[in-house]
Amino acid sequence: MERIIRGRVWKYGDNVNTDVIFPGKYTYTVSDPKEMPQYALEDLDPKFAGEMQPGDIIVGGTNWGCGSSREQAVVCLSEANLGAIIAKSFARIYYRNCLNNALPAIVSPEAVDAIENGETIDVDLSVGEIRCAAGTFSFPPLPAAVMEIFEAGGLIGYTRRKLGADA
Amino acid sequence: MSQTFAEKMLARKAGLSHTVPCQIVEITPDVALSHDNTAPIYGIFQRMGGEQVFDPVMHAIFIDHAAPAPTTKHAENHRIIREFVDEQGIENFFDVGRGICHQVLVEEGLALPGEVVLGSDSHTPHAGVMGAFGAGIGRSEMASIWAVGSLWLRVPESMKITVSSQLDPGVTAKDLALKVIGDLGADGALYMSVEWHGEAIQSLDLSQRATLPNMMAEMGAKNSFIPPDEKVIAFLDGRAKRPFELVYPDPGAHYAQSYSYDAAAIEPMIARPHTVDNVLPLSEVVGTRVQQAFLGTCTNGRLEDLAAAAEVLAGHKIAPGTRLLVIPASSQVYLEALKAGYIETFLEAGAVVESPGCGPCMGNHMGVPAVGEVSISTANRNFRGRMGTKESDIYLASPAVVAATAVVGSITHPKDL
Repeated sequence: MERIIRGRVWKYGDNVNTDVIFPGKYTYTVSDPKEMPQYALEDLDPKFAGEMQPGDIIVGGTNWGCGSSREQAVVCLSEANLGAIIAKSFARIYYRNCLNNALPAIVSPEAVDAIENGETIDVDLSVGEIRCAAGTFSFPPLPAAVMEIFEAGGLIGYTRRKLGADA
Repeated sequence: MSQTFAEKMLARKAGLSHTVPCQIVEITPDVALSHDNTAPIYGIFQRMGGEQVFDPVMHAIFIDHAAPAPTTKHAENHRIIREFVDEQGIENFFDVGRGICHQVLVEEGLALPGEVVLGSDSHTPHAGVMGAFGAGIGRSEMASIWAVGSLWLRVPESMKITVSSQLDPGVTAKDLALKVIGDLGADGALYMSVEWHGEAIQSLDLSQRATLPNMMAEMGAKNSFIPPDEKVIAFLDGRAKRPFELVYPDPGAHYAQSYSYDAAAIEPMIARPHTVDNVLPLSEVVGTRVQQAFLGTCTNGRLEDLAAAAEVLAGHKIAPGTRLLVIPASSQVYLEALKAGYIETFLEAGAVVESPGCGPCMGNHMGVPAVGEVSISTANRNFRGRMGTKESDIYLASPAVVAATAVVGSITHPKDL
């Protein structure tokens, strides 16, 4: 896993829901993860899918990812190698889906207020720091039980290990 | 040590004497609910190295989200699910036409007090109407449960909502849910367990009660609980698929937040585009032109919901330029509505009655709006683009309001019909 993520910031508001991140009409017709990034944020920011680069960072307000449990709303971003999502708070299923797909989901209300849209920032996962033009903000590490899933590259790798599928 | 419902439930399932908020526990659910997403979950299960599911008895599988199949691609998806179900010997499988997962789980006696239902659907808290702990999870998590039988959960903090007195006639649990969501916001109960207490809740029929835990997903809740009473026990008599144990929070349990409402002070409410917490009293929104009215979904597609709409529609015709779609939440609801004469009332009024399932709720099929059109729906979500196009407004209200609106062609209070 990358320990330092550097990328351009795409900043959005509060209560961004999974329908605008990955529209419901695609949920049973787009099943290959590789096809998902082209629909990412389609109903929120039509420029995003075409312009985002690997390592870029989404910055959201409160309750990022509310609504449906659809994991495609995370996979459409993790599959495009988004670097991280920093938000004031996350909807709980979305947060779990991030961890289970090894996409860093960082809660830092202070950083969200300070970060400007379009600036390039660093996220250092090893020390738990966000460094942006306005300053440095720290965030707490993941609970150990959850970190294990993250370190396995996500829940698929973690469960494979548990099942002994890689032995 | 006094515990809330969620603390006690997760302790029991984890084999602990008690739990505290933020503690992480590993538990085996009693029910693993999945729907049309069973096919992609199967794909993830295989990528995890899964071959045989951990326990076929735990599964409850439904085809409801795009059912019957609108396209070949959807039909292929359904085919994969049927093959999976056969191959793994899963008995609790409910194919196209049986109805919406959350409703059918209750009807089939598979949502039981004191049990944990984990579902790859955000409205799984619905099972709280029976006194179960129901929580939504992601697809990978469901695949992992299929493979190893368990999942980590964080013990949530709890919120207690106490509702006194009684709702006025014509005011429903939907209005109460919208009022609370409007007050507390879309993240008002983020990560929390929401318990409903008070005589107003106990006086509701089970159909209306179900709307409350169902809609707590829209406030960010992990699960929601209504204490099971004699109505629940009578409903489960002869229906419950397994013996069950009633679990209640302890007196003196600690709640992170507590709210009190007077049911008699609640009036009909409506959520405006494009968030569920954008709520106003209905009286402030009347007159807005509507092209499509939708009566159905896991939130409000039950017999009592259809009855309330039929009562409003009797002797009326749908307004020219407006469509009314009626989708019973299950085949059982459909049959009972047919026997009660409601279906006849809908057809005579000019409504379209469709087969049980989720319908156009998330924009898959069976009546999606055109660009620029306005919908009013009994569903639980009105996010931009939810029903197919982002250039469309969705209002959320109770069945009677949706019916009255269809008759007039603009948002209408049933008493003004």
